[in-house]
Amino acid sequence: MIRKILAYVKEYKAASIATPCFMILEVIMEMIVPYLMATLVDDGINAEGGGNLGVILLVGGLMIVAALVGLFAGIMGGKYGAKAATGLAKNLRQGMFEKIQTFSFSNIDRFSTAGLVTRLTTDVTNVQNAYQMALRMCMRAPASLIIALVMSFIINPRIALIYLAAAVFLAIVLSILISRTTKVFSQAFPKYDELNASVQENVSGIRVVKTFVREDHEVKKFKKASAAIRKIFTKAEILISFNNPVMNITSYTCILLVSWVGANMIVNSGGTELTTGDLISLLSYCMSILFSLMMVSMVFVMLTMSFASIKRINEVLSEEPDITNPENPVKEIKDGSISFEGVAFKYDKQAEENILDNINVRINAGETIGIIGGTGSGKSTLVSLISRLYDTTDGHVLVGGRDVREYDIETLRDEVSVVLQKNVLFSGTIAENLAWGIRRSRPDRETLTDEQILEECRRACKLACIDDFIESLPEGYNTRIEQGGTNVSGGQKQRLCIARALLKKPKILVLDDSTSAVDTATDASIRDAFANEIPDTTKIIISQRILSVCNADRIIVMDDGRISGVGTHEELLRDNEIYKDIYESQTGADADFDERGSN
Amino acid sequence: MPGPMNRAPRGVKPTVENPGKIFLRLMKLVIKGNVLKWIFIAVCIFLSVQATVQGMLFTQTLIDKHITPALEGSGSIAETLPADILRVALILAGGFLAAYLQQLVQVFLTQGTMQRIRDKMFEHMESLPIRYFDTHSHGDIMSMYTNDVDTFRQMVSMSIPQLVNSLITIVSVLVSMILLNGWLTLLSIFLIGIMILMTKKVSGLSGKYFVKQQKDLGAVNGYIEEMMTGQKVVKVFCHEEESIKGFKALNDGLCDSAYNANRYANLIGPINMQMGNVNYVVVAVVGAALAMGGVGGFTLGGLASFLTLNKSFSMPINQVSMQFASIIMSLAGADRIFKLLDEQPETDDGYVTLVNAREGANGLEESEERTGRWAWKHFHKATGETDYIELKGDVVFDGVDFSYVPEKQILFDVKLFAKPGQKIAFVGSTGAGKTTITNLINRFYDIQDGKIRYDGININKIKKDDLRHSLGIVLQDTHLFTGTVADNIRYGKLDATDEEVVAAARLANAHSFIKKLPKGYDTQLTGDGANLSQGQRQLLSIARAAIADPPVLILDEATSSIDTRTEKIVQRGMDSLMKGRTTFVIAHRLSTVQNSDCIMVLEQGRIVERGTHDELIEQKGRYYKLYTGNSIA
Repeated sequence: MIRKILAYVKEYKAASIATPCFMILEVIMEMIVPYLMATLVDDGINAEGGGNLGVILLVGGLMIVAALVGLFAGIMGGKYGAKAATGLAKNLRQGMFEKIQTFSFSNIDRFSTAGLVTRLTTDVTNVQNAYQMALRMCMRAPASLIIALVMSFIINPRIALIYLAAAVFLAIVLSILISRTTKVFSQAFPKYDELNASVQENVSGIRVVKTFVREDHEVKKFKKASAAIRKIFTKAEILISFNNPVMNITSYTCILLVSWVGANMIVNSGGTELTTGDLISLLSYCMSILFSLMMVSMVFVMLTMSFASIKRINEVLSEEPDITNPENPVKEIKDGSISFEGVAFKYDKQAEENILDNINVRINAGETIGIIGGTGSGKSTLVSLISRLYDTTDGHVLVGGRDVREYDIETLRDEVSVVLQKNVLFSGTIAENLAWGIRRSRPDRETLTDEQILEECRRACKLACIDDFIESLPEGYNTRIEQGGTNVSGGQKQRLCIARALLKKPKILVLDDSTSAVDTATDASIRDAFANEIPDTTKIIISQRILSVCNADRIIVMDDGRISGVGTHEELLRDNEIYKDIYESQTGADADFDERGSN
Repeated sequence: MPGPMNRAPRGVKPTVENPGKIFLRLMKLVIKGNVLKWIFIAVCIFLSVQATVQGMLFTQTLIDKHITPALEGSGSIAETLPADILRVALILAGGFLAAYLQQLVQVFLTQGTMQRIRDKMFEHMESLPIRYFDTHSHGDIMSMYTNDVDTFRQMVSMSIPQLVNSLITIVSVLVSMILLNGWLTLLSIFLIGIMILMTKKVSGLSGKYFVKQQKDLGAVNGYIEEMMTGQKVVKVFCHEEESIKGFKALNDGLCDSAYNANRYANLIGPINMQMGNVNYVVVAVVGAALAMGGVGGFTLGGLASFLTLNKSFSMPINQVSMQFASIIMSLAGADRIFKLLDEQPETDDGYVTLVNAREGANGLEESEERTGRWAWKHFHKATGETDYIELKGDVVFDGVDFSYVPEKQILFDVKLFAKPGQKIAFVGSTGAGKTTITNLINRFYDIQDGKIRYDGININKIKKDDLRHSLGIVLQDTHLFTGTVADNIRYGKLDATDEEVVAAARLANAHSFIKKLPKGYDTQLTGDGANLSQGQRQLLSIARAAIADPPVLILDEATSSIDTRTEKIVQRGMDSLMKGRTTFVIAHRLSTVQNSDCIMVLEQGRIVERGTHDELIEQKGRYYKLYTGNSIA
């Protein structure tokens, strides 16, 4: 898992190797200082004959050099660490983003939008921090631990043994503490999420709370939850606060023990077995050893916390796109005829029941087809098979007489233009948004002038009955659309999306409930325009409204994943129970009063 | 593991007006009611710092008092040393105990404060008018609970105690150092000064890049959010390459600024560490020279202790500046919380209350127990008399003007009468003011001009809680709560019996599907009832309104997001609910509206047509055009 992430280090490999090297150099320099200090004391200050200033200056100079080298190493380590970590983050983001672009609809469905955003943002940042920490600290702390221990052994093995024992003791205690606290915290965090969920519910459902005058009830509920949080977090933090005393007691027991043993050793041997200078440097190594042990445990905790992020990122990176181009793709589509032959489909291969079953229908080029049926009857699923947004589980979908799987995907999607039910405009001007519809494969794409593009946009907008609205804006086609298209109404947005799809000049146009927010009159004008202006284009219109489909050449009635009937309005009204049902529920005409799109 | 939370970007110095005032208020909030605990903490910190300093000074005792004399042959350490070690051990043990106690108290204090703040925020939030929720992004409100509350934890558990600790340490260490050797102390302070200057310079640089990094990160996140939301559109338009290209430019920019920000931030550690070492060496050499010369009685042991003290001198100074920065940073969060707490709660000057009523000798009178009949208790100040008016559900709008913001009037001179049991429908385009009208009946918002009367009483005189108790509401967005199905229905009447719950569910046509749920009425709902279909959620919300049994009902686009076949089932539920109640319906489907007693056609805040379905069709006006969909006015 981690290896997969590390593969994205790529061009930052050198920096990733340099960082720990510099960090180790820094540690070595740091560890030399106390050693030199011992020399300074013993051979300089305590030298026979009342001290030796030459030695003091020489050793002092050496110590300064060591510190400066250490500073240099630290700076370089910091620099390369930053370079490697931010570089890895960049590559991961880029890699994931590119991977997501290859995803098919079913791949996208497996992740939620919010899930993908979190992976690309928060999770990558977590990994970046963890990686930098790993490069800088993972080497540094153990290195400082080992070097300090080794130095202690060089100075005096017997005292070093005390350190070793203390280190082992502390390591055991710390790991017990860590495992216990993580356990408590893993119980605590879900509680915390619950509390947040309760706030969320209250913020979004405040109207319900207020109408039922349940403020007190909610406050009581919240207080209970917040008291529970307090309890469990108190428990967790009490466990954590045990860390410090353990650390302190161990280190000072060590120091006192060493003081006693060391002092005896010096005095008993008359300063031969151990010198005063040695004792001073030993005492400072003691702190280094125990402190770096603390660091190791901290690094460990931080790294474990980033595992969740690593796992989530990996899910994206290892997801295989399940729709890919065929080997010798066909780049030409004969006409806009569509044929479903024994099509069955389910989103999840493991699912028992099919979403679509036994679909057999032929649609001629230039025909207008209405599709109607309840939610979950499979209308959207059916049309998404035409441009290979999903692949059939069984059976074939033919466009222009060929299986859609034989076509080049881009060619197919250019010729089959789909206006999705959940449609999106992007931040940018109206013209920029519409220009998405200009095919990449057009031979004259590079030479198109702005004026020509605008002309095409106008034509499409006229068809979608949105040209008047755009012209009425002070900045016309250069009006900026905010992210998510929040500054246009639902109906305007839907019509802009239709215009964008029309710019492709497709052989097949699919409108998936794309005029639900457009008032009935405008809806009718759009359909009229389609009939007159693009008669050769096959038009497939999904709608909840009878009015939107009743004038189509033929109407497909979907029910529970099957085709319940195909025919004209009159035929269906006569033969099809479901169609009659829907028709009656909308009583002759589904008067849609909520004409969001008309203004 | 915590779920993915959208942490507010940290590391940028926020701009807060009046940071001093906010800080004082924050301190007051944190300390209030916990003075004793804080004093205890301060004492504990003081004791533990003193113990630590004593521990550091022990090296001097060890060398000067024991080792050196012993080496010179004037004494035996075996006799005196154990006593000194024991003394230091006891002092240290006391210090550790104090530190541990301090930490424990700290934990209780922190968690207690957090709970207090959370409860306070939530309680206050619940009291705020709808306007607050309509004008603040829900994400921002949420982030106060997830991110900003954390500033209090930071403050109580880290910033304040560490600040206190650092200050005490600085003073104690400084005093000890001066006692050991004044000149050496001066030298040390000078060197530390240089170090602080360097750190400041570097962190300034790093801060500059952090600001840029936050900006770039915002841009990248925005792009990601937009593209991920529109990913399917990207696929449909084969726009993948362009989208990658756009991302790469932003991503490279972010990498660049993040690199610089981190690079400079990474310098601070080594500078502190290595400059500390240089400091150590210089002091050591100078001190050694002094000790050799025996200047001012300075000894080798003294030097060893001085060096240890010196090392623990620079750390608290860094701490002070770090904690200070973190406090400044957390002020932005505190500021947001204070703003929430300062929001004016919903005011309620109403004095007419809703009481149980029964038929008495002189007409209606108040009853102690539930009678099933309700009356408005209206006390007239002028005459000192109390009226009882039966709750019927008669609603009158008289010349109502309303605007959310002064610049933009939403409703103009709205007049309407709803007799008890009548069904009044509103139709018209979005923004015409349909939902606004329902917002006024329950006083989510107050009108600017005109009058709304409920059973003949101006609703401004009615106590808000009682007014709302008498109104049921079913919204397009259902908003169920975490809990069981039964809990959710019971929301309309907390003391409802199980039988009442089932009865309400039956009335709403929800019983049959609830029965089929894995645990029936005890099925747990999570995340706004995500495990139910839209239609089922709506049926539950109808049952919830049914159990409250209000005389007036508001159905605001209750069936809009349900397909027509499912709507039939929901509609049946609603029809039985509407029986005998005054109902206000907002809908865009004919079937919902057609059989209303009166249909109001709203256009840009004015009622342009009114009448029954047949009358309006006859008129061949706006309604007719909408209905037939033939032309657009």
